[in-house]
Amino acid sequence: MMSDTPTSDRPDLTELPMMIEMRGIVKRFPGVLANDHVDFDLRQGEIHALLGENGAGKSTLMNILAGLYRQDAGTIFIKGKPVTLSSPKHAINEGIGMVHQHFMLVPSQTVTENILLGLGEPRFRMRLPEYDRRIAEFGQRYGMKVDPAAKIWQISVGEQQRVEILKMLYRGANVLIMDEPTAVLAPQEIETLFTTLRAMVTEGKSIIFISHKLQEVSEIADRITVLRKGVATASGLDARGLSRDELAQLMVGREVLFQMKKKEQKAGKLVLSVQDVHAENDKGLPALQGISFEIRSGEVVGLAGVAGNGQRELSQVITGLRKTTSGRIELNGEDINNRSASFTIQRGVAYVPEDRHHVGSAPNLSVTDNVIMKKYRSAPIARGWILDMGVATDFAKELKEAYEIIVPSVETPARLLSGGNLQRVILARETSGEPDLMIAVQPTRGLDVGAIEGVQRLLLAQRERGAAILLMSEELEELISLSDRILVIYEGQVMGETRDGDVEKIGLMMIGTRLEDIQQGEKRD
Amino acid sequence: MTENITTTEYKQRGLLPFTIRFEPRLTEPPRWYPPLVSLGAIVVALIIGGVLIAQAGGDPFRSYAHIARASFGSLGVFSDTLVKATPLILVGLACSVAFRMKLWNIGAEGQFFLGAFGASAVVLSGVLPEGTSPWLFLPLMMIAGFAGGAIWGFIPGFLKARLNVNEIITTLMMNYIAIAWNNFFIFGVWSEGGFQMSPMFPRGAWLPRLADYAKQIPTFRGLTVHLGFIIAVGAAVVVWFILYRSKWGYEIRLIGDNPRAAEYAGINIKRNIILVMMLSGGLAGLAGASEISGVVHRLQGAISPGYGFTGIIIAWLAKLNPFAVILVSILFGALILAGREIQPSGIPKMIQGIILVCLIASDYLLRYRVRIVRRAEEA
Repeated sequence: MMSDTPTSDRPDLTELPMMIEMRGIVKRFPGVLANDHVDFDLRQGEIHALLGENGAGKSTLMNILAGLYRQDAGTIFIKGKPVTLSSPKHAINEGIGMVHQHFMLVPSQTVTENILLGLGEPRFRMRLPEYDRRIAEFGQRYGMKVDPAAKIWQISVGEQQRVEILKMLYRGANVLIMDEPTAVLAPQEIETLFTTLRAMVTEGKSIIFISHKLQEVSEIADRITVLRKGVATASGLDARGLSRDELAQLMVGREVLFQMKKKEQKAGKLVLSVQDVHAENDKGLPALQGISFEIRSGEVVGLAGVAGNGQRELSQVITGLRKTTSGRIELNGEDINNRSASFTIQRGVAYVPEDRHHVGSAPNLSVTDNVIMKKYRSAPIARGWILDMGVATDFAKELKEAYEIIVPSVETPARLLSGGNLQRVILARETSGEPDLMIAVQPTRGLDVGAIEGVQRLLLAQRERGAAILLMSEELEELISLSDRILVIYEGQVMGETRDGDVEKIGLMMIGTRLEDIQQGEKRD
Repeated sequence: MTENITTTEYKQRGLLPFTIRFEPRLTEPPRWYPPLVSLGAIVVALIIGGVLIAQAGGDPFRSYAHIARASFGSLGVFSDTLVKATPLILVGLACSVAFRMKLWNIGAEGQFFLGAFGASAVVLSGVLPEGTSPWLFLPLMMIAGFAGGAIWGFIPGFLKARLNVNEIITTLMMNYIAIAWNNFFIFGVWSEGGFQMSPMFPRGAWLPRLADYAKQIPTFRGLTVHLGFIIAVGAAVVVWFILYRSKWGYEIRLIGDNPRAAEYAGINIKRNIILVMMLSGGLAGLAGASEISGVVHRLQGAISPGYGFTGIIIAWLAKLNPFAVILVSILFGALILAGREIQPSGIPKMIQGIILVCLIASDYLLRYRVRIVRRAEEA
């Protein structure tokens, strides 16, 4: 077996001893069948990726294995013996540890204290220096550098993840479940993580790697199981024989690259101009470092980039939710830099925020209350200081019809709506005012295929109407099919712009290469 | 799927041929359901209370009958119940508006005292001559009472909005300052002949009682219910209107449910923190003014048996609904009144506590539904 994949020097997978078998796992949640007779197995010393879209049932399956949920049907075998995992503690006693997407660490305590938390040792006196030393040594074994005496809040996200991993290893985990471990990491940190994972596998540990990112999975995994809507569409396939296209098919169940038909149209007048804007993130670190671009009427500008490169801050700066430290932002020629959010709303800036549950809507308020969020200040919904609920209700009913929001009544609280319907409520609210500028951040994330198409159609309808649209998305396909131009953001700066949707170029810019440098390289070749 | 972690499964192993499961509700329960659950909780509480009364050597049926008679049995006692309910409604409303915005104002007690002080100041400072018409006296007292409470609400509101100081601590601490402030005046400035109370207010500063009209309508004889009750009910209507039919109320509800969404909708949260704390304090102050002018008729130390704190409970039991505040306050008024009839302390307070625990616990049934699953079906 000679091949240049990173797994080539390893023994044939089928020879590795079996660690875990999950057979016919069924898990129902009220209204959802999260896992439908799923089979999954894991051998010693392999990295087995669990691939699937958001909501496909990956985390549910692994939460069952980690003892957080109980399956409704099906059996789990550990080294051939059937087991009942009734709690996370029980699971860790069986050698199964899970590193959750959101870390479970105490920010004000040190690395050592966090690792020891809940263990029976040390018995009485903390003897921290001694344990600090032990944990540093322990980390070294797996090539993980940590400062045991540092407090959690002082260390980076990547380091926090290492602490989580160490916590599990220290508890004797042989099987490590990593739930979307790369979602929070910077590219360099991802590389470090992958090195660590490989080191752990060589030490005889087994890893389950949950992800929805194809490229990572094909880079790190030995075998792959794909879940779609609770069903395993592929179970334990050898990663070497799979192309990314095949994986995407298994994951999504259709050709991924479907093109939204968008009308040829010329961009109109200048709507938004952002000139050399600087801003800080919540921690006071520079997030935008001199970003400049323009958007014209009737134009969709896509913003590509790895999450956490200033996208969030950029959307907030334009909508008045964050202050800039320097630079100019103009809307239709008027300076809107550092004005309030209500000012930009009244000037016709619509904003579809990334987090529709925590930012875009009020869960316990009715659909009516949710759709008037941007309009309650002025007539006809407001008459002086009084709110005309009759007008508001009629308005909500109108939107319910026009945007096909499926909800029993406009009095229903927003929290009872499905993701797709909630997104429709938000889009209805944002587009009904015929905005001049629309900022849409991850507008299709977590939605099913039908809902995604609906949302994309709405965005294109706004483009035809003549709105200027800034679309931020992590789905490159979506960006390419919807945008007239794509800008790539990296560390708060625009790396370059492309009109032809060249994925390779975009990818290079996403990791911090400037377009000029790419083009120069091309010329040299 | 991690949000579904709340699914609890309670299993009674072996004993029964079925398991009981609690599942989160995915749809709103019908309108009649929440009141029914509350009623059921009160019945359960009374049964538990009955067992305890029996254990203490009493007859639960006679005790409950006595409580009912002593609070609702005749026009006279019902009037007394309403008198007790009056300050409770106002402090209940005070807490409701603040809690609606998730501002934990537990300083209604202090705001109540400042309200009483404000109303008394109108009378005792001598700005108005003795024989001033009640038409001028009373509105001015109520306004001063509202203002006193509002100032006491403004301080923690301002501190929270500007400096992010925890309002729970400041409002709680300011209760003690308010009581000491009042004491300073009743021990010193306004002390009547060295007693720890102010002189009696002139009749023009008394809120009219039904008994005042006994000459014209004889059935009103001895009925102590005063104009404050009407003010309290009116305040409930106003609070409801503000919350559900005004722009300001919409902002309050939006901030309360999701401050990040409110910020995103361009709402000034800091300004609203201050304003809502002032409204909340003002309502509690109005309770103090109404109590002083309708019942006590002078400023003294013991004007509140902890009304401000009971208001927290009332707001909670009423689920912050202004009209439910009226009903719950009347229930509490009855328990306070009749409780003293049976025993000065002890059992009645205990029953109050049991009702409270049962009502709060019953909330679980609104969020979860109970499913009984046969064992065979599960396997």
